[in-house]
Amino acid sequence: MNKAIITVVGQDTVGIIARVCTYLAEHHVNVLDISQTIIDGFFNMMMIVDYANVDTEFGTMVTDLDALGEQIGVKIRCQREEIFTKMHRV
Amino acid sequence: MLNIMEVHETNQMIEQEKLDVRTITMGISLLDCADADVDVVADNIYRKITTYAKDLVATGEAIERDYGIPIVNKRITVTPISLVGASACKSSEDFVKLAHALDRAAKQVGVDLIGGYSALVSKSMTPAEEMLIRSLPQALSETDIVCSSVNVGSTKTGIDMNAVELLGHIIKDIAYNTRDNDSYGCVKFVAFCNAPDDNPFMAGGFHGVTEGDAVINVGVSGPGVVSRALDETKGRDFEFLCETIKRTAFKITRVGQLVAQEASRRLGIPFGIIDLSLAPTPAVGDSVGEVLEKIGLEQVGAPGTTAALAMLNDQVKKGGIMASSYVGGLSGAFIPVSEDKNMIDAAGAGCLTIEKLEAMTCVCSVGLDMIAIPGDTTAATISGIIADEAAIGMVNQKTTAVRIIPVYGKGVGDSAEFGGLMGYAPIMPVNQTSCEAFVTRGGRIPAPIHSFKN
Repeated sequence: MNKAIITVVGQDTVGIIARVCTYLAEHHVNVLDISQTIIDGFFNMMMIVDYANVDTEFGTMVTDLDALGEQIGVKIRCQREEIFTKMHRV
Repeated sequence: MLNIMEVHETNQMIEQEKLDVRTITMGISLLDCADADVDVVADNIYRKITTYAKDLVATGEAIERDYGIPIVNKRITVTPISLVGASACKSSEDFVKLAHALDRAAKQVGVDLIGGYSALVSKSMTPAEEMLIRSLPQALSETDIVCSSVNVGSTKTGIDMNAVELLGHIIKDIAYNTRDNDSYGCVKFVAFCNAPDDNPFMAGGFHGVTEGDAVINVGVSGPGVVSRALDETKGRDFEFLCETIKRTAFKITRVGQLVAQEASRRLGIPFGIIDLSLAPTPAVGDSVGEVLEKIGLEQVGAPGTTAALAMLNDQVKKGGIMASSYVGGLSGAFIPVSEDKNMIDAAGAGCLTIEKLEAMTCVCSVGLDMIAIPGDTTAATISGIIADEAAIGMVNQKTTAVRIIPVYGKGVGDSAEFGGLMGYAPIMPVNQTSCEAFVTRGGRIPAPIHSFKN
């Protein structure tokens, strides 16, 4: 399993999760967990995904999701999980 | 499993608090490039660097993208060139050829800086080392991204005062040769005492002879993250303050460790060390001076600054040590005046003086760093400043350094612009009382006694 964290920050609108999930499904990325909350008045959504079977380069996925975020008007980041686990887990 | 607040915290550090990895630095041994012919040495150097480091920049960029963490600089350090060129170089001009080879190779692989045009002369200079030092005004004015350092002393050997005296003149000549650019050449040179072999930061980085063939060292940053964390400590006691700094330093360093291990794995080159550093930039909110002010000083330079810095430096190390398997380099809080917004302001206001900075260097990670002084400061005074700083390092068994810029044609009241990460600095006044008779005595200051500590 290769985990990545996808975060969406911005104004909540209809269909954000649907569009992100559509992209992930098309590229064989499995969603393991989704959570969302409001931080400082902004919509924050986090997905934990498994990209072990992704059909493209990880870097391409990062760029594509960033572009998708621009289309929707939110900030979408896709980062490998280790940067968070290293920082927050001893 | 990770929760959304932890993920948010990390991304906020990156986006709003300017968390970055300051540098991935590849150390490359050039000992096997030596030859009797200087042109062959230059070719060997160029070939080895461009072979070993050909994927360094692309790998750094891929890691940035995969983890969403900026890696500001990719750099190379090499074996001190005074050793590599010793048998081939018959003149200072020969050494300049090697500086050009380093510059060309570094540009070919696309790194930001290359360090190691250096000499280690803590006891005394060989003819080759003296030639390299004498080549610096030409080498640093004719090349763009080559950095140089000279280690003039150590706790074990004492201080080579002949080298210290010579460097006063050399620094003045570098300043003159790069006078059209606010004496920028001096930004690329640092004089050390107790220089470490594995420093990933510039201008003082070189690949020590105790190192292997190649190594990956990483320098972390993050004063902005510490500063933001300190907002929570207002009015609280030192215990709470220290815990906050340690926890933050741990988190910053873990990111550096991750990047270092990943770079090492992808490049197939062993991981060396993490340099646990708070390295400021001139950007607002990315300042060690601001951290000191949040600890409780009206402005950095006020009484209490040395104590606050000592505590900060110690907590950064305590937090960072556990986050990394190998720690080295300079490790601590940097206080480069021109690279730190709050220090620039304090120096401009007259609150931060060179004498106070000297006191601060007794407890910070390095020394007098990125300090612009009047262009008419004498060579002997510059040597005196280097000798003072080296003495602090020698006696206290720590690394100290001087990166000072006598800005040609400028005086107190003017300011110097170095650009980018190097920032800008007000010209600071220097005590001009002569020390000429002291620095020109010749010989060396003996190593200090290591007992009877008071």
